[in-house]
Amino acid sequence: MLPSGYSQIVVYVIVLIALAAPLGRYMAWIYTRERDDAVERGFFRLFGRGSGDEQDWKRYGLTVVGFSAIFSLVLYGIERLQHHLPLNPDHLAAVQPHIALNTAASFVTNTNWQYYGGEYTMSYLSQMAGLAVQNFVSAAVGMAVLAAVVRGIARRSGGTLGNFWRDLYRSLVYILLPLSIIVAIILISQGVPQTFDAHATAHTLQGATQTITRGPAASQIAIKELGTNGGGYWNSNSAVPFENPTGLSNFVELISILLIPAAQVFMFGWMVAARRHAWMVFAAMLAVFVIGVGVNLPAEQHGSQVLRNSGVNITMGHGQSGGNMQDKEIRFGQAATATWTVATSDASNGSVNGGFDAMTPAGGAVPLVNLFLGEVIFGGVGSGLYGMFFYILIAVFIAGLMVGRTPEWLGKKIEAREIKLAALGALFVPTMVLTMTAVAILTKSGVASIYNHGVHGFTETLYAYDSQSNNNGSAFAGYGATSFSASFGTVALYFGRFVPLLAALAVGGSLLKKKIVPASAGTFRTDGPTFVALLVGVIGLTAGLMILPALTLGPIVEGLMH
Amino acid sequence: MKIIVRSVISIVAITAFFGFAYPAVMTGFAALAFHHDSTGSLIEKNGRVVGSRLAAQSFTWPRYFHERPSATVPAYNAGGTTFDNLGPTSPDLAKFVHDRAQAILKLEKPYNPGLTIHDIPVDAVTTSASGIDPDISPAYAALQSRRVAAVRHLPLATIQRLIRQSTDGRSWGFFGEPGVNVLELNLALDKLGGK
Repeated sequence: MLPSGYSQIVVYVIVLIALAAPLGRYMAWIYTRERDDAVERGFFRLFGRGSGDEQDWKRYGLTVVGFSAIFSLVLYGIERLQHHLPLNPDHLAAVQPHIALNTAASFVTNTNWQYYGGEYTMSYLSQMAGLAVQNFVSAAVGMAVLAAVVRGIARRSGGTLGNFWRDLYRSLVYILLPLSIIVAIILISQGVPQTFDAHATAHTLQGATQTITRGPAASQIAIKELGTNGGGYWNSNSAVPFENPTGLSNFVELISILLIPAAQVFMFGWMVAARRHAWMVFAAMLAVFVIGVGVNLPAEQHGSQVLRNSGVNITMGHGQSGGNMQDKEIRFGQAATATWTVATSDASNGSVNGGFDAMTPAGGAVPLVNLFLGEVIFGGVGSGLYGMFFYILIAVFIAGLMVGRTPEWLGKKIEAREIKLAALGALFVPTMVLTMTAVAILTKSGVASIYNHGVHGFTETLYAYDSQSNNNGSAFAGYGATSFSASFGTVALYFGRFVPLLAALAVGGSLLKKKIVPASAGTFRTDGPTFVALLVGVIGLTAGLMILPALTLGPIVEGLMH
Repeated sequence: MKIIVRSVISIVAITAFFGFAYPAVMTGFAALAFHHDSTGSLIEKNGRVVGSRLAAQSFTWPRYFHERPSATVPAYNAGGTTFDNLGPTSPDLAKFVHDRAQAILKLEKPYNPGLTIHDIPVDAVTTSASGIDPDISPAYAALQSRRVAAVRHLPLATIQRLIRQSTDGRSWGFFGEPGVNVLELNLALDKLGGK
């Protein structure tokens, strides 16, 4: 009999697969349906002639970038003018310029890095009409781009990848909206607030007063998890009882984090008619996920050095779940916090249900490494799988080198152009992270953001740029907002999002033009366990080796010091 | 240029639908189907709101069960939730844990002479992630039960019964970990009377 914590994780994986597989098939159908619905036809009439036509990868990419740029401006405007706008019952002032800029970038890029506390910075309008809208839109943009790239792999003729507006609409209305409604209803039933009333004032049993903040939270939290956004309604994010009141709400939010990215792997399998290959990609992701939990959970259950030396009881049993309870909640304990920590850092979600800064060196290193893998283990909605394609291309390329044949993937020859794009997609972000961390460590204005002294402060800095560049959004939350860190982070956010996105579209556009090569006896098989091992190995080598020196300066030294 | 016009139209439509209609409809549904749960799970006593079952509040009097430490300013500030963010090897954390453990020993020992630091469960000396964790571990509740029983002149068995009644088990007996809701427990104690 497994301890309860471990059986919760097993059940989690089973439920995830049981839901993701059928959802993936449904999504494949949504993105390949020929007929437009009445609303789509209406919009295309409004948009003008040719707006519903198929686009090549350049046109598609340009539309994505233009749309995101304009939305960034709107979001910035709402934040800066919130004190003049309605739905601000707590009379919050305008958001400071550098925070507003970073936040706009953060939400448009599906990151939700937060240099602010939601409940005391953002009005209901900013949260609802600004940030929550981006939770939907940035997710839908990622999903649309993935659909386009997959079409590039699947199609055998023509020069186009689909139409951005159509893909955006279908992602929003047919996938994100129904799932959000279901999740929001479950969360409301568990006690997550959903109200337009201003805060309540409580007169406590000892005669003090306490402010109970609330708002239309459940509807936003549902999409924050489903869209791998992660921005909290409250500052402590999903650790706050109002965001995540029970063990059940935690489980539902945890499923929501990985549901769409997992389903997209199956969607890919259906769309390219290679379902066994898709299962292998899924297996590789699951393997890395399980490794993450397998490191974090025992480390946290074992507890930190400080707690072990203190003499207090940290052993599981006798009415407690024990372990490192610093910055963790009773109702989640170690297992549910570990699963969340790994899922959120694998998936580019970034919401947290416990504090990372207080985790043990080994436990805290897990999300740090996960981020550095480029958010391809399930990853962000859409962006995770198209990021994984870069690693798949590198893996088949290496396999091709080993057997001395031109590499192929799903019947298409992989040549210099694809490999260059894959290398750009896979290596650009890690390189940027290391460069920015170095700059932030070497400059006075960079060091000013650090909260914990010494080695741990380096880890905070590395994590901040790792998180923003990879569009994750979780934090070693001690790292503070200055105009330097906020502006520097804004650059990381935009480049981290759009360089891989455009590289992926270019790969799609390039594969589109390839003739199908029939598989022969010499073809490297991508539907067996050898491929899974190779893929995990390539991810480990490419990203893992890049971060190892940085890890040595951070968590590894910290672990050795005591 | 076309991209700008189409983007603006899309932004207006998307904001209207996903920014207003969706949350408004969900709020309407919540008000009808889950009025109490959707408005902050407030608890009233004699017609006055005394707190929320989802937010810890400050308890320092000996007649009450106490919450876990909170890193918010002031403590248990539901409007400013925050992590403590002290790293795992931080000397500040070591001092915090030590001081807190000593304070607990000083408070509880008169009622429980055999108590040592090894009996203190870890959640009693660590800040919660939200700063308003409404629960304490059943172990921490058990540790405080003798004091509350003695101060209120109630039998220990009564206190233990109330603790059991205020314990939220795992959801569906499976998900999450059990915890004792401190505000509900203290309200139940007050209802019982005693000094």
